[in-house]
Amino acid sequence: MNRTLARATVLVGLVCVAAADGLAQPAKVSDGVVRIGVLGDMTGLYSDLGGQGSVIAAQMAVDDFGGSVLGAPVEVIAADHQNNAATGANRAQDWLQTQRVDMITDLTNSAVALAVSKLAAARKRLAVVVGAASTRLTNEDCTAYTIHYAYDTYALANGTARTIVRQGGDSWFFVTVDYAFGLSLEKDTAAAVTASGGKVLGRVRHPLNVGDALPYLLQAKASRPKVIGLANAGGDSINSIRAAAELGLTGEHVVAGLLVFLTDVHSLGLQIANGMIFTDGYYWDFDEETRRFAKRFFAKARKMPTMVHAGVYSATTNYLKAVREAGTDEAGAVVAQMRKMDLSDFFARNAQLREDGRLVKDMYLVQVKKPAESKYPWDYYQIKAIIPAGEAFQPLAQSRCPLVKK
Amino acid sequence: MSEVFGIPLQALLSQLLIGLVNGSFYAMLSLGLAVIFGLLNIINFSHGALYMMGAYGAWMGLTYLGLNYWVCLLLAPLAVGLVGVVIERTMLQRLYKLDHLYGLLLTFGLALIIEGLYRQAYGVSGQPYPVPELLKGATNLGFMFLPNYRAWVLVASLAVCFATWYVIERTKLGAYLRAGTENPRLVQAFGVNVPLMVTLTYGFGVALAGFAGVLASPIIQVNPLMGSNLIIVVFAVVVIGGMGSIMGAIVTGLGLGLIEGLTKVFYPELSATVVFIIMAIVLLVRPAGLFGREK
Repeated sequence: MNRTLARATVLVGLVCVAAADGLAQPAKVSDGVVRIGVLGDMTGLYSDLGGQGSVIAAQMAVDDFGGSVLGAPVEVIAADHQNNAATGANRAQDWLQTQRVDMITDLTNSAVALAVSKLAAARKRLAVVVGAASTRLTNEDCTAYTIHYAYDTYALANGTARTIVRQGGDSWFFVTVDYAFGLSLEKDTAAAVTASGGKVLGRVRHPLNVGDALPYLLQAKASRPKVIGLANAGGDSINSIRAAAELGLTGEHVVAGLLVFLTDVHSLGLQIANGMIFTDGYYWDFDEETRRFAKRFFAKARKMPTMVHAGVYSATTNYLKAVREAGTDEAGAVVAQMRKMDLSDFFARNAQLREDGRLVKDMYLVQVKKPAESKYPWDYYQIKAIIPAGEAFQPLAQSRCPLVKK
Repeated sequence: MSEVFGIPLQALLSQLLIGLVNGSFYAMLSLGLAVIFGLLNIINFSHGALYMMGAYGAWMGLTYLGLNYWVCLLLAPLAVGLVGVVIERTMLQRLYKLDHLYGLLLTFGLALIIEGLYRQAYGVSGQPYPVPELLKGATNLGFMFLPNYRAWVLVASLAVCFATWYVIERTKLGAYLRAGTENPRLVQAFGVNVPLMVTLTYGFGVALAGFAGVLASPIIQVNPLMGSNLIIVVFAVVVIGGMGSIMGAIVTGLGLGLIEGLTKVFYPELSATVVFIIMAIVLLVRPAGLFGREK
């Protein structure tokens, strides 16, 4: 009899504690903590333009925000997707199911980004894609919980291709990396070229991690185009540009790197990279605000930030602001809040989040300086033009996203 | 202009020539692997990392010591060979009596550590290495302009490969090495210092990898991932050629370079996979490899 009473008391006590515990937790923030997952290529060919730098950027954003929102702490965790969609998807699934991650970001590599955005949407959590480029994220594969933050293949193609065709480069040959990103970039650039009055002579597709790109550049040269468009990135674009220089192509043809990052130029050196024109989403030396962030980032990462690093910082900050103003970390409410907010900061000028998930912002047409023009370390770009937010991205009217009301 | 399957003959020949140059890299790397496996029974997974160290040796020599390409071509392989000797003496020696698998695991672990260290220090975008003055420019062969440096790579690798083959198969030293593998006790009884021979052989095998690394530096960015991108293909080459067959490694390396070159013309998307398709077929038809002998 005594034992039963004792057991009952313990049970009631436990229930009370559990109830009290539930009441003590901020009901607005799920699980009492806001967890941000940085899923990027930490060890492979994209790890310099994103990688560990993105984790540093995310942590900086959290620290600058104060480390907590709505009374709950904010945590940053990170993982390597190894440029493998299956690996990335498994990790994201684990994060969403067991680790209760509220927002996944970076996602450099379009194949991984596409897979993860679907998983996040299924669980009604946010995927803020910064590093990936494919326009499919805001067209065929758009979801209500995916934000495409920094840039995409349309913006790159639009800026770079139109300018080069206008300058006389009206016949193009593509060297494309054979996966979602390369195909998307090739498709969008080809469309921009033909829309501007140029023509596409052909293309060759290479596997990821090309190593020696000479065989492909030889094929490009054989078609005698005026412009060789490199629809690849990171280590692949570096090796392609080197091979083009080795073949002496840079004299008679324009070698157009379609997606080039500051870290690529740093690695190639101005001797080889000078003269290249391309579209970028952020340049550290643009004005006082961009410089301020860049110097702080440099102190931690020992290199100047790329568009991806700055993008992750900006995305994380705006996400936390939206959580605070929405009064909850429930993904749908946060996205709605972000659409209402002015998201402009040092990274995203004149920024606006559209209903297809696309964040539109100003983009920059840049040209790589000659060695003599560079006055200090990392002084690599000349800003040729600012492409305003309204013109840089695919018009909403042309969107193939089912969420866009026509 | 004549055409083969829709590709102009000129384009085909130029791709085949580039393929041959790539094949010479495969040949040299798989030669090192074959020498190490054939004579030491070690599956050397750190081969790619040591190839990368050779490339970085050349870059470091130029950047920190101002040593030009030709000096580094001699010194970097020696340095890598020395690293190999240290690895063999301190770690590999203990594994000879055990299953193959232990050597594989150890060398694999070493590869990860070496690559991780370099990645930490230098990032993955890599460092540019200039083509040496003497070899700049290209020669007009009629059907293509062949960059002079590539021609040099072909000549140097073939020379080194055939010199190695000659020493192992046709000289007394090579005979000692081969005998020492088959029956170390007996050879040692004749007064030959077998453990020293084994150490030097491992050192030589990885020095070959280091040499390939220096040759590769002006072609691709010197970066910590260059070895890991290549090593799996090299293993496939060794398996196709027959583990332990020296001539097999050379011939297969060159042959597969040519086949890869052809694939890049007709169906480039397959070029990363074609070697493995061939490996699968060869393993089904001749498990010992094209030139291998059943042990």
